[in-house]
Amino acid sequence: MSSSERVLEVRDLVKHFPLTQGIVFKRQIGAIKAVDGVSFDLRKGETLGIVGESGCGKSTLAKVLMALERPTSGSVTINGKDIAKARGSELKRMRRNIQMVMQDPYTSLNPRMTVGDIIGEPFEIHTEVAPKGDRRKKVQELLEVVGLNPDHINRYPHQFSGGQRQRIGIARGLALQPEIIVCDEPVSALDVSIQAQVINLLERLQNEFDLAYIFIAHDLSVVRHISDRVGVMYLGKFVELGKDNDIYDKPAHPYTQALLSAVPVPDPEGREQRERIILQGDPPSPANPPTGCRFRTRCWKAQEICAEQEPLLQIRPGTGHESACHFAETHDVVHAG
Amino acid sequence: MKRTAPEVLPAEGGLGDEPLLAVDDLHVEFHTRAGVVRAVNGVSYTVNPGETLAVLGESGSGKSVTAQAIMGILDMPPAVIPQGEIRFKGTDLLKLSDDARTQVRGQRIAMVFQDALSALNPVFTVGWQISEMFRVHRGMSKSDAMKKAVELMDKVRIPAAKQRVHDYPHQFSGGMRQRIMIAMSIALDPEVLIADEPTTALDVTVQAQIMDLLAELQRESQMGMILITHDLGVVADVADKIAVMYAGRIVENAPVHDIYRAPAHPYTKGLLESIPRVDLKGQELYAIKGLPPNLLDLPTGCAFHPRCPYRQDNCVTSAPPLYEISGTRSSACHYWREVLDGEQQ
Repeated sequence: MSSSERVLEVRDLVKHFPLTQGIVFKRQIGAIKAVDGVSFDLRKGETLGIVGESGCGKSTLAKVLMALERPTSGSVTINGKDIAKARGSELKRMRRNIQMVMQDPYTSLNPRMTVGDIIGEPFEIHTEVAPKGDRRKKVQELLEVVGLNPDHINRYPHQFSGGQRQRIGIARGLALQPEIIVCDEPVSALDVSIQAQVINLLERLQNEFDLAYIFIAHDLSVVRHISDRVGVMYLGKFVELGKDNDIYDKPAHPYTQALLSAVPVPDPEGREQRERIILQGDPPSPANPPTGCRFRTRCWKAQEICAEQEPLLQIRPGTGHESACHFAETHDVVHAG
Repeated sequence: MKRTAPEVLPAEGGLGDEPLLAVDDLHVEFHTRAGVVRAVNGVSYTVNPGETLAVLGESGSGKSVTAQAIMGILDMPPAVIPQGEIRFKGTDLLKLSDDARTQVRGQRIAMVFQDALSALNPVFTVGWQISEMFRVHRGMSKSDAMKKAVELMDKVRIPAAKQRVHDYPHQFSGGMRQRIMIAMSIALDPEVLIADEPTTALDVTVQAQIMDLLAELQRESQMGMILITHDLGVVADVADKIAVMYAGRIVENAPVHDIYRAPAHPYTKGLLESIPRVDLKGQELYAIKGLPPNLLDLPTGCAFHPRCPYRQDNCVTSAPPLYEISGTRSSACHYWREVLDGEQQ
C-alpha cells in the first residue's frame, strides 16, 4: 500500500553531455541534452513506471538518480537531502537508500566472483549494515528471499540461468535494505516464461519491504502491470505523467497515443480494424532538439504555436492528468474500433 | 554470367499439390565436447505463397536452428542433420549439391537477420552491400548494380536513397539498418522470406513501421514468410498460422485465431496466461514454473513434463506424438482435450 510519505523528489533535473571539438584545446560545440528538465515525486511503496523509446533519456535519468552521474542542474532529494549536492561520506550514506537492478544479468555480474561475494560486496562498503561474522548468514537470507537455494552461495554466475542471475542482481540490490530501487529494464533480457516469475518476485518484495520502485522498461504491458503511476519520456522530457489507468485508457499526448497504438496486442481478433498510428521517421537528435514542442516534427496535430511555444507539463482542460501538448485531448487508442 | 542451373533445381512457377516450402521431420544435432546437443528433434511445417507462418519459441527452442538449416547456413560440423527433409517446391534441399544450394540461397529463399548492426559489414557502404547481390548472383556491372541498390532503398522507404547509398552502416539508425537488411533480402525476388526476430532490437514505434513494410512487400510479391519470434503480440498481429516450439519440437500447430482463443498445449496456454492483462492488475502473474530444459540432457517422455500442470504418469515415460485435433490443428500433448476444455471453463 502506498502511503503519502515522499521518499524521492526530483525537480527540474537536467543532464547535458558536452560535445567537444579539438584535441589540445577542447572547445564545447554543443551538448547532448539527454535529460532536459524532469520533475516528479515518488512515495513510499509506490512504483513509477518510465517508458519511452531508446535514446529518450530513461537510462541517463536512472544514472543521475543513483548519483552515478552529476546532474547539470536540478535536484534529486531523497528523504529531504539532495543527493546531487552530497559529497564524500554523506553521499556514501545516502547511496544506501537507493539501489539499482541492471538490465543484463549476463554482464552485470562479475564472472570471477562467487554469488556470496557478489551479494556480500555491498557489506564491504557499508560495514555498518552487517558485521563481518554476520555476512554469510545475511547473504544466505537474501538468497532465500529471492527464491534461490542458500546452499548455492559458493557458486559462480555461469552456473545459473538468466532468470536466476536476475534474482542474484535483485538480492544484491536488496542487501542494504534501501527504500528505493531503480530497475532499468529488469526483465527485457529474459525469456517470456521467466519474465512473469521475476515480475512476481519484484511485486512480492515490494509488499514485504515497502519498497519504492522506479521501473524503466520498454514493454508497455509489463509497465502497466507493475506501476501505480507512469511517465512517458520523449527526448529528455516527460510528455505525460499520470496514474496507470489515465495513461493507458485516456492518453492525452499524441506521442503516448502513437506509442500505445504501436504495441502489438496479443489477440488476433479484429486485428484488421485496429487503429494504428504509425509515426514517420526516427526521433530527432538530442543534440539539436526541435524548438518549441520536441515532438512536433513527427506529430500530426502540429501547428505554428508548437514551433514557437514549448508546451509545459500540466493538467489541461478535459484531461485529469498532466500532459505537455497544446492540443491535448484524451483518446482511447487501445480499445478504439 | 549466369551459371546453368542443374536439373535438380526446383522449377519456377506452378506448384501442384506440393507446398512452397515443407520441413519434414527435421533433426539437427550439434556434436560438442560436452556431448550431443539435440537442438531440433523432428520439426515439420509448411509455408504456402502469400502465407505467414509464425514460429514461436523461447531461446534454445530450436526455432533459429531450423531456419538456418533451411537456409543452409549451419556450420557443419559441429551441426549434423541425421534425419529429415526440407522440400522447396518438391525438391529436397538437403540432397542438393553445394553449387545448387548456393543458387537457392538468397535468390529463392532469403533471410532477414535479427541484429542489423552486426549482420552488415561496417567497412563497406550499404550501397555496395546491397548491390553485391546483383553483382554476384546476376553478374551485373558495378554501376548497374548500384542503380538497382538505389531502387531497392527507395522501395523500403529510406529517404534520400540516392545520397545515402554511399553511407556506411553506422550512419543509419536501427530502424533504417533493418530496412537495408530487408532491401538485401528481397533484392532477387525470393519466393520464401525467413525473418528471424526482425524487430526484437527495435523500439515499438519502429517495430510497427518494419512489420508494416514486410506485410506490404509480401502482399506485392506473394512471398511465403516464416516469422521467427518470441513476441506473442507481433504474432497475433501478422501471422496466418503458428507453430509453437519447445525443446526442439513443435508442440502446437494451429491457425492464429484458434490458438489465442483456446490453446491445446499446456506450454502455449502458460505463455498466453503469463502476459500481463489489465483486468488482472495487482494480482500475481501466472508463471510457468521451473526452467527451460537443458538440450544436452532432455527430460524423458514429454520434454515439458517437469513444468507441466497437466502431467500424468505416462507423460514421464512416453513422448506424445503430434495428435491431430482438426484438419489444421495439432498438439503434442497426451491431454490436449483437457487443455482445450480447461480454457472454456
